[in-house]
Amino acid sequence: MLLNRLKERFGADIVAAESARDEETIVIARERALDLMRALRDEEAFAFDFLADLTAVDWPARAPRFDVVYHLHSIKLGHRLRVKVATGEPDPSVSSVAELWKSANWLERECYDMFGIRFDGHPDLRRILMYDSFEGHPLRKDYPVNRRQPMVPETDPILNPLRPSR
Amino acid sequence: MALPARWSKNAEVTDSTDEVMEIQMGPSHPASHGTIKFNLKLDGERIVDCDVEVGYLHRGFEKMCEQGTWTQCFPYTDRLNYASPCINNVGFALAIERLLGVTAPERCQYARVIMSEVHRLADHLTCLGMAAGEVGAQSVMFYMMEAREFLYDLVEAVTGARLTVTWCRAGGITRDLPADLGARFALAFSHLDGILSDCDKLLSRNRVFIDRMADIGVMAADEAISYGLSGPLLRASGVAYDVRKAHPYLVYDRFEFEVPTGSKGDNYDRFNVRFQEMYESKRIIEQAMRALPEGPIALDDPRIVLPPKERVYNSIEGLMNHFKLIMEGIKVPAGEVYQAVEGSNGELGFYVVSDGSGRPYRVRVRPPCFLGMGALSRMLVGHMIADIVATFGMINMIGGECDR
Repeated sequence: MLLNRLKERFGADIVAAESARDEETIVIARERALDLMRALRDEEAFAFDFLADLTAVDWPARAPRFDVVYHLHSIKLGHRLRVKVATGEPDPSVSSVAELWKSANWLERECYDMFGIRFDGHPDLRRILMYDSFEGHPLRKDYPVNRRQPMVPETDPILNPLRPSR
Repeated sequence: MALPARWSKNAEVTDSTDEVMEIQMGPSHPASHGTIKFNLKLDGERIVDCDVEVGYLHRGFEKMCEQGTWTQCFPYTDRLNYASPCINNVGFALAIERLLGVTAPERCQYARVIMSEVHRLADHLTCLGMAAGEVGAQSVMFYMMEAREFLYDLVEAVTGARLTVTWCRAGGITRDLPADLGARFALAFSHLDGILSDCDKLLSRNRVFIDRMADIGVMAADEAISYGLSGPLLRASGVAYDVRKAHPYLVYDRFEFEVPTGSKGDNYDRFNVRFQEMYESKRIIEQAMRALPEGPIALDDPRIVLPPKERVYNSIEGLMNHFKLIMEGIKVPAGEVYQAVEGSNGELGFYVVSDGSGRPYRVRVRPPCFLGMGALSRMLVGHMIADIVATFGMINMIGGECDR
């Protein structure tokens, strides 16, 4: 079973592990996240070559407030794994995995946009779905669903681009 | 506001192309079906750098889903990939059912397979037709829209709507397949076959079309995997990954079908993969129609499925059951689940988290074309500005799904 093999290999680095509804989940420490992810990608026994999804869940009542949730998939071996990394206030941040999987570039930008979680080492951490002058992070549970924000003033798109390109 | 000096009437005019020109293409451009902006850096007509800007159709899908009951999210899922709403419905319904620990009845699963494949056909017809139209083959676009029309008539007969079908529910579907569906399929397919063969002749060996598509936007297999591409985009690069085969859901493991792949990973391969997939979808539908079992279309469980209207209007138990389900929602046990289905653009994943109340705690969609758009910049650099249209068309970005 995948979970046993993971525990055998990574031992104390795995904070918690759970198998429910045919899905395997591990929780890993924030400080060791990047190394573990690299091992998960590169080691033959795991070979998670496909980062299917990256998102976060906000639990405002809990002490580290956010769970950053990675859904890994191995196209080679056909197994899946959910990896969670907890991070909290005042400065929610995790290491970027953009150097491991290129899909993480946009997924982390979206996560930053929606939750305000910083991804250290990300090459280009900007908002992606919302506009630059948007205030707050809409998918946080304390962002009110009916909050209005002022319209973006119209500017000349050439003389004053709303968002400077890279 | 002063203009830059080089724009003044007295500026020196040179033919030099060593200056990089910045151009913003979009967000509203006639050649891009969907609101999207490309911040381009050009050397002549060659693309030096491309920054893709998405989000113009962001409506807060994930935030909205947290506000209502589980059932109230189904209309929102229609509006993700609006060219294939049934697949979105099915994915979300399957995610809830796995959290609930129930399985929909046999007939419902077959019906879901059939309608998913109808919508895959409709989606591929839209994608290929639009893309062909954008590179100049306008007649193909009209032919394919005509074929899609026959499929939409079918969708209308089954679901009562043409676009936003809201057809699935947790534990079942809202309407049974009509008795004359077989005859309707025969009619739709007889038109579809002719149109597909016409379009094949018009495009597949057309010199102009091949020149526009071949060797443009090439992605090697390992790079495509790293970029998180899935569906036709990944298969065009030669990776035979299809969620229906790798992690079968519903009753897909009972049908015979091939997973077409390409070899080079260029736009022409993407076109071919999509084209071949339409024949495979047809095969699945024909097998499913033959094997379609009789029986109920939804679970008989008052905690999940609404009672029939006669019981609601004629008995207090039915009325209370209806009231509880509508006002409080389905009580989904606490937990989390990631359910992937093969959307027409690739792996469409629903990551749902429940806290045990009647409302979703978190609904996350893994949008396949969002990842495709993330790779677009890499596909375009080095090509000409006119190749944006063809490459963008083959990614089949659907604003509703990409921006949510």
